Amino acid sequence: MQRIGDAPGTRRLLIGAALVLTAVFLLLPLVAIFAQALAKGVGVFWGNVSDAYTLHAILLTLGVALLTIPVCLVFGVSLAWLVTRFAFPGRRLLQTMIDIPFAVSPVVAGLIYLLLYGRNGWIGGWLDAHDIQLMFAWPGIFMVTVFVTCPFVARELIPLMQAQGSREEEAAVTLGAGGFTTFRRVTLPNIRWALLYGVILTNARAVGEFGAVSVVSGAIRGQTNTLPLHVQQLYQDYNTVGAFSSAALLALIALFTLAAKAGLEWRAARREAIT
Amino acid sequence: MSIRLENIGKHFGDTRALEPVNLDIHEGELVGLLGPSGSGKTTLLRIIAGLENPDRTGTRTPARILFGQRDVTHVHVRDRRIGFVFQHYALFRHMSVFDNVAFGLTVMPKRSRPSRSEIRARVFRLLEMVKLEHLAERYPAQLSGGQQQRVSLARALAVEPDVLLLDEPFGALDAKVRQDLRRWLRHLHEELNFTSVFVTHDQEEALELSDRVVVMSDGRIEQIDTPETLYRAPQNRFVFEFLGDVNHLEGQVHDGVLTCGDARLAVDLPDGAEDLLLRPHEVCLAEQAEADCHLPVTVTAVSPVGAEVRVELEADWLASPWLATVRHADFERLELHRGRRLFAHPRQWHRFADEKADFLKPHAA
Repeated sequence: MQRIGDAPGTRRLLIGAALVLTAVFLLLPLVAIFAQALAKGVGVFWGNVSDAYTLHAILLTLGVALLTIPVCLVFGVSLAWLVTRFAFPGRRLLQTMIDIPFAVSPVVAGLIYLLLYGRNGWIGGWLDAHDIQLMFAWPGIFMVTVFVTCPFVARELIPLMQAQGSREEEAAVTLGAGGFTTFRRVTLPNIRWALLYGVILTNARAVGEFGAVSVVSGAIRGQTNTLPLHVQQLYQDYNTVGAFSSAALLALIALFTLAAKAGLEWRAARREAIT
Repeated sequence: MSIRLENIGKHFGDTRALEPVNLDIHEGELVGLLGPSGSGKTTLLRIIAGLENPDRTGTRTPARILFGQRDVTHVHVRDRRIGFVFQHYALFRHMSVFDNVAFGLTVMPKRSRPSRSEIRARVFRLLEMVKLEHLAERYPAQLSGGQQQRVSLARALAVEPDVLLLDEPFGALDAKVRQDLRRWLRHLHEELNFTSVFVTHDQEEALELSDRVVVMSDGRIEQIDTPETLYRAPQNRFVFEFLGDVNHLEGQVHDGVLTCGDARLAVDLPDGAEDLLLRPHEVCLAEQAEADCHLPVTVTAVSPVGAEVRVELEADWLASPWLATVRHADFERLELHRGRRLFAHPRQWHRFADEKADFLKPHAA
């Protein structure tokens, strides 16, 4: 007896196609990045990476990601809690609206922020009069990054919290636990893996965001240049090796993030196996 | 601790889940809330617990919930001193059995919280009581349904609640475990003598376990009585039909004879349409009709498993088949098999005219 769709020919064909596609579209470019970055030797690579502008871009990028994550975390948990634990008119609408940042092109998002908070914008004019500059400065980069990444945590949590229901929390309350104790000792342990996963996705996107940031940052070298913008600038200056050195850094961060994600999944799977 | 409910109603949006009801539960009583799904029994239980709030408006007299002399209407769940056992146990899945049971003690405010060693002793005392002390380090997912249910009970009892509330406590368990746990809960109740209220849709469970049963349907309380009174003297048709299998005999009475197709039965009733109800054990089977009773039926199914033989009967004059239970001796004497033609004789029947109970012997029997 052979199961449907399990003919040896089909299997070989599918596995082969998957391997070829992965190699051509994912692996090869990754290898190419490092090959290009190291094309003129490790010394040149190191020189490119330790360049003052590159260092500043790294710091700015990581700094923005570091600020973005807690904001998205609080936003995501509150939103997921609201949507899964309470019934109120407009709940579905709210759930749809969470996806706006996914649906809107980041460039458009950047332009809207520029329109609103730029010097000639509706709110920006008032801010300018009070000597507050958001656009073409790091706060602007932070704002659009939050916009682009805010759905990740909520998106991870909502299905999980919906599936788990609120029975355990109710049980905790009937046993006399207060709101914060219930969250800390019952809700949080149940969602912690999804939460971490959401944070990893948020971080990956925050570090790599190009479109929205490129509109609002102004890309001033040594001031508002993030790592992805820096890569593009170097490339446009015909500094291919320099561009690829920075790109290699971004790729390294991505790989590190992936490793963290895989590690988490492995741990979660092991926990499942135990219980 | 006694429980008194006054004017407790509940709407979810525009849907009425519970009509304003009143209910008194005595100290130390074990009361079952029985009804089909959607009858409002779980809502009522959750309102007693404080997990739902009764309607504030729409009634002339305000809703009140009293535990003993204490008015808890506006007291938060966590301060009501209740134990709640959830339908699917709702154990904390990331905590061991020990931590689950200890939870209520560890979240107490610092000044009233028992010491670590005392918590440990108390948890083990409870685990011993539910016979699970050897599983203290396990996680809920590693336990069977019955074991999880016992953990959830121990967890609820750990905080020494004034009242214990159980939502379909045995609903998700198989028949054998259910039977054991029922007996065990009954013993526990007698031993510790707390006031408890449980919800069930299983008539047998309600009748077997409760001191008194509250029968509910469609957000209303239909009858509150001891299991025996409830079964012997149901106050209305709903209660009668819900508490067991029912056979209907519908027809027109004329000159003291009820007719339905070619079936006839002498009854002592005024002329008009009638719907008589019979329990399966109130149906006798015989090979001959009698002068005042002519109810021809055909046997369509026989199930000889158990203390009695269950027989399904059909006839042209019957809208839905009848169910009769006969003794094994009669089963052999009458040579019951599918297709056998016999005559039914009601031993007694019930009628609920004007929503008032009335059960009578047949005219001549």
